[in-house]
Amino acid sequence: MYQRALVDSFRKLDPRWMARNPVMFVVEVGSVLTTLLFIQALFGAGEAPTGFIGAVALWLWFTVLFANFSEALAEGRGKAQADSLRAARRDTQAKKLQEPKYGAPFTLTPSGQLRRGDVFLVEAGELVPADGEVIQGVASVNESAVTGESAPVIREAGGDRSAVTGGTLILSDWLVVRVTANPGEGFLERMIAMVEGAKRHKTPNEIALNILLAAFTIIFLIVCITLLPFSIYAVNANNAGTPVTITVLIALLVCLIPTTIGGLLPAIGIAGMDRLIRRNVIALSGRAVEAAGDVDVLLLDKTGTITLGNRQAVEFIPVGTADERALAQAAQLSSLADETPEGRSIVVLAKEKYNLRGRAHSEGMQFVPFTAQTRMSGVNFNGTEIRKGAPDTMMQYISGNGNGVGNELHSAVERIARNGGTPLVVAQNGQALGVIHLKDIVKGGINERFAHLRKMGIKTVMITGDNPLTAAAIAAEAGVDDFLAQATPETKLTLIRKYQTGGRLVAMTGDGTNDAPALAQADVAVAMNTGTQPAREAANMIDLDSNPTKLIEIVEIGKQLLMTRGALTTFSIANDIAKYFAIIPAAFATTYPALQALNILGLATPASAILSAVIFNALVIVALIPLALRGVPYRAVGAAQLLRDNLLIYGVGGIIAPFIGIKIIDWILVALRLA
Amino acid sequence: MTISLIAQLALYFVILIAAGFPLGLYMARVYQGEKTFLDPLLAPLEHWMYRLFGIRPTDEMNWKTYALAMLVFNVLGFAVVYALQRVQGFLPLNPQALGAVSPDSSFNTAISFASNTNWQGYGGETTMSYLTQMLGMTVQNFVSAATGMAVLAAFIRGLVRHNSNTLGNFWTDLTRTVLYILLPLSIVLAVLLVSQGVVQTLTPYATAHLLEPTTDANGAAVTTQIIALGPAASQIAIKQLGTNGGGFFNVNSSHPFENATPLSNFFEMLSILLIPAALCFTFGKMVNDMRQGWALLITMLVVLIAFVGLTMLAEQNGNPAFTPLGIDQSATNLQGGGNMEGKEVRFGIPNSALWSIATTAASNGSVNSMHDSYMPLGGFSQLVMMQLGEVIFGGVGSGLYGLLVFVILAVFIAGLMVGRTPEYLGKKIEIYEMKMASLLILIMPIIVLGFAALAVVNDLALTSRLNPGAHGFSEILYAFSSTGNNNGSAFAGLVANTFFYNTLGGIAMWIARYWLAIPTLALAGSLARKKKVPESAGTLPTHSPLFVGWLIAVVLIVGALNFLPALALGPVVEQLMLR
Repeated sequence: MYQRALVDSFRKLDPRWMARNPVMFVVEVGSVLTTLLFIQALFGAGEAPTGFIGAVALWLWFTVLFANFSEALAEGRGKAQADSLRAARRDTQAKKLQEPKYGAPFTLTPSGQLRRGDVFLVEAGELVPADGEVIQGVASVNESAVTGESAPVIREAGGDRSAVTGGTLILSDWLVVRVTANPGEGFLERMIAMVEGAKRHKTPNEIALNILLAAFTIIFLIVCITLLPFSIYAVNANNAGTPVTITVLIALLVCLIPTTIGGLLPAIGIAGMDRLIRRNVIALSGRAVEAAGDVDVLLLDKTGTITLGNRQAVEFIPVGTADERALAQAAQLSSLADETPEGRSIVVLAKEKYNLRGRAHSEGMQFVPFTAQTRMSGVNFNGTEIRKGAPDTMMQYISGNGNGVGNELHSAVERIARNGGTPLVVAQNGQALGVIHLKDIVKGGINERFAHLRKMGIKTVMITGDNPLTAAAIAAEAGVDDFLAQATPETKLTLIRKYQTGGRLVAMTGDGTNDAPALAQADVAVAMNTGTQPAREAANMIDLDSNPTKLIEIVEIGKQLLMTRGALTTFSIANDIAKYFAIIPAAFATTYPALQALNILGLATPASAILSAVIFNALVIVALIPLALRGVPYRAVGAAQLLRDNLLIYGVGGIIAPFIGIKIIDWILVALRLA
Repeated sequence: MTISLIAQLALYFVILIAAGFPLGLYMARVYQGEKTFLDPLLAPLEHWMYRLFGIRPTDEMNWKTYALAMLVFNVLGFAVVYALQRVQGFLPLNPQALGAVSPDSSFNTAISFASNTNWQGYGGETTMSYLTQMLGMTVQNFVSAATGMAVLAAFIRGLVRHNSNTLGNFWTDLTRTVLYILLPLSIVLAVLLVSQGVVQTLTPYATAHLLEPTTDANGAAVTTQIIALGPAASQIAIKQLGTNGGGFFNVNSSHPFENATPLSNFFEMLSILLIPAALCFTFGKMVNDMRQGWALLITMLVVLIAFVGLTMLAEQNGNPAFTPLGIDQSATNLQGGGNMEGKEVRFGIPNSALWSIATTAASNGSVNSMHDSYMPLGGFSQLVMMQLGEVIFGGVGSGLYGLLVFVILAVFIAGLMVGRTPEYLGKKIEIYEMKMASLLILIMPIIVLGFAALAVVNDLALTSRLNPGAHGFSEILYAFSSTGNNNGSAFAGLVANTFFYNTLGGIAMWIARYWLAIPTLALAGSLARKKKVPESAGTLPTHSPLFVGWLIAVVLIVGALNFLPALALGPVVEQLMLR
């Protein structure tokens, strides 16, 4: 990686490439000029000692190369990942179906010729030839080529797990897939382009900062150019010394212009993207990463982000004449065939609390599965009918059987809901037995995390399909600032718009097709990789791990990116003070010896002073590459404290560091008898 | 000595803030179109003027229209002042029968007074007729100040409004500034000055018989002295209040008829900073957060007081070159001590040093002592005050909008350091804002350093120097720092009424005023169009002491670092060679 970066840093010397970065372009022009002056000196017509001009020229070239190296190094990390991705993007033979159904005749077509809308069949052991949407079949797929995660995932038609990615491997069964991306536009290709930085556009904030740096560069250019006539005047007026040399003016210019931030700016941006990639998040635009730092509102799905994915049964509450044990038994029987985590937790609770063994369920038991129409499930055996389901459905069912729904049942249901639980009513032969208390388990440590976010000025909003009572209780337990209960795609969209109208930036995660409109509206939209194709297309980031909690990390990475830019800009400008003290007395030493009073560092000779400043300026870029790549550490504290800490480190540090650095380099130069 | 010095300073700043606070709130009412206690008197006049000029005061302008109106008005003002000077010989109110002013000097003076610079290459009493002074200079003193304040009002509206295309109406802002703010204040100040002996008359110059006749350079006897008079008090009032600075007499406020007593000196000194300071409160009131206004005022005060201190110290320590000659420069009961060259004894070092820093900081340019005769560190301080871009108080209006551009720069860098894309008062600072802000910090050093560089390699320009060496360089640098920042004070020691300085200085003043006002209005227009981001714990606070410190650092680093090499060859090396 270092080798490639080294080669690249020379390749980037191409002026057409350098012109993209005004600060470093000026340094390169300065390097060329001093090199020409050096050649002139070699022929005996030098304006200053040949060795001095040569040393300045050499270190100016180093300055450019170090900056290029930082950028190449940042790109290098992405390139390595891009190479492994590219390996997955092999041309394969696709089984293109003539009709969109399993069993239809197919023709073998090279994968590069598949177009959007084509339908293909892919079977166990084959690579998926193109991105698409599953329209038929279920299969387990190894997506490690994309996600790095080797555990297989299920892909099936319909629902939220219907997207397949080209280059992934089918492990079992088969899928019929409709192509959703033309060749070259697929997910893998976009990912490669992103991680390689090949299509990297400068982000808005980066452009704004570049403008400021260019302005500083022009100002210092004027400062240095006008110094020549000023110096000629001084020589004439004082009848002493010689005018300042072009070499010294170029050295002064390069030291004054913000080379540290100018050189490291591209690397900071690329490294920010790279930090996301290493957390398995692909940002589809650089703008989104910046926006992540600005987010004021996080919309978080309750399930999976705030609570553990599954609700668990924690209590049986009998009503009327039924006793607790009978209720537990009925609940257990009705859940024996229920493979959902909630169903299993009921069986487990009954077993642990009442020592009820789940009976084998073959003895004439007839299970009634949950359907969207009946909205309840249960079991029939020996003429007994047990049903369980949501309270409103069950109360209808009970009254439909001519039985009364007592106050006791109502109050039990309400009490559970108010505590953030989900009540499930159990009935036997149309008569209420009692209520099962299903409880959401809030993730450990999530409370502290939200408190941190609040300190950062970020508001958290929990999105849930639960009723308002339940939602309020969980929201209180988890410590979120607000919640949206009984959320639908429409209410989510309205909520996002409402926040945005108030000037806030909203981030959210989503996976389902019905999330797509809200994702498209949000400023930072993270789609789960397991999500559907529309969701992935509406988002501007994709989380390959499909972990909704990651949104918080994404926000931190965005902030870190901006902070690193600000910190290095401050550092770079603060450095100028020391450089003035090193160069000004040296530049005019022959005309105004009195200016030696400003040589507060006690640098040995004018030549060593100027050279030390130039060398420090070059080396500081190298020294800060790790910081640029790693980013300034981010802590979740308020803006006021962050500013204080960073000003202390990078502002005050930026003033002090070059005084020490330049003095040390001067010592070394003197010790080596180089100046 | 030190106690009286500190007491004088403290009294000055306490009264400045005490008077500035109510004035600032009053001005906010003026710019927000609210009723004021002067309405019964002035509102009929105001409406009559709108009718006369066919202005609909409620018509809103976008930034381009606003800038255009401002430019048209200023070009007209320039034309009138130029023409008046060229034909004053044929016009009335010219008791001394003064002839036409040269074209290059008229050009320079016309730009100078239109741009609120009031650089004077001429000597007032020997050049300008009473009519030119009253109709040209005094009128421009009012409207050039009002122009700056109008642009500031538009800029503040840009910060306050959101999702809006307009910034107010230039004609309304101009009219209300003159009628409601500048006129009443000037009348009060003029009356106060007259009470102290400042002249206000239309009679011809007086002739006095000398008690002790003397001889001139040719040996002829001189028995009479001509004493210049004129309608001075009225012009001086607005000259001080509107950060204009153009004196009625050549020696400006060191002339006893322009600045008679320590009390008149105090009033004049107070009025240099009064409106610039009060505008900070206007700003706080208009953005509905007084803390923001205080933060800006404190920023200005800290920098100002630091340099006032440096100058007073340098002057009080006296000139080391005098010590070997046995001259006593120490402060005793019988003498103030220190470097008194070029200073009026009735003002002494404290009131001269304070004035000199206030006038260079505030883009006023009036003087009550000769800046050329200050110790090198005193001259250094005056130069730095101008080279910061006239943002420490600065010109009325222009100083505050200049400082707000620095605030935007400071917010941009500091905002990044708290991990957000930067915002000020809820407005995101993005690409367009940075373009304009960069332009605004770029132009000034280019003209100041560029023109100074042209002058030092031009033999003709060099003959204007009255001092060789490093001090001569300081004189040239001062001339362009003053014109390139619309300050208008002169270092003296430079014969500036030449074709070279008149032309180059005129161009510098023109660029410094309008090439900065236009991007400022563009910036305001862009800010007004933005939506407002609500404040949260993650928002960078822009009123904290920390931010004030940071803003000072940005102003000093961006403003002064550019000039450090040039200053090193001027006042810095002068100071070092003194030792």
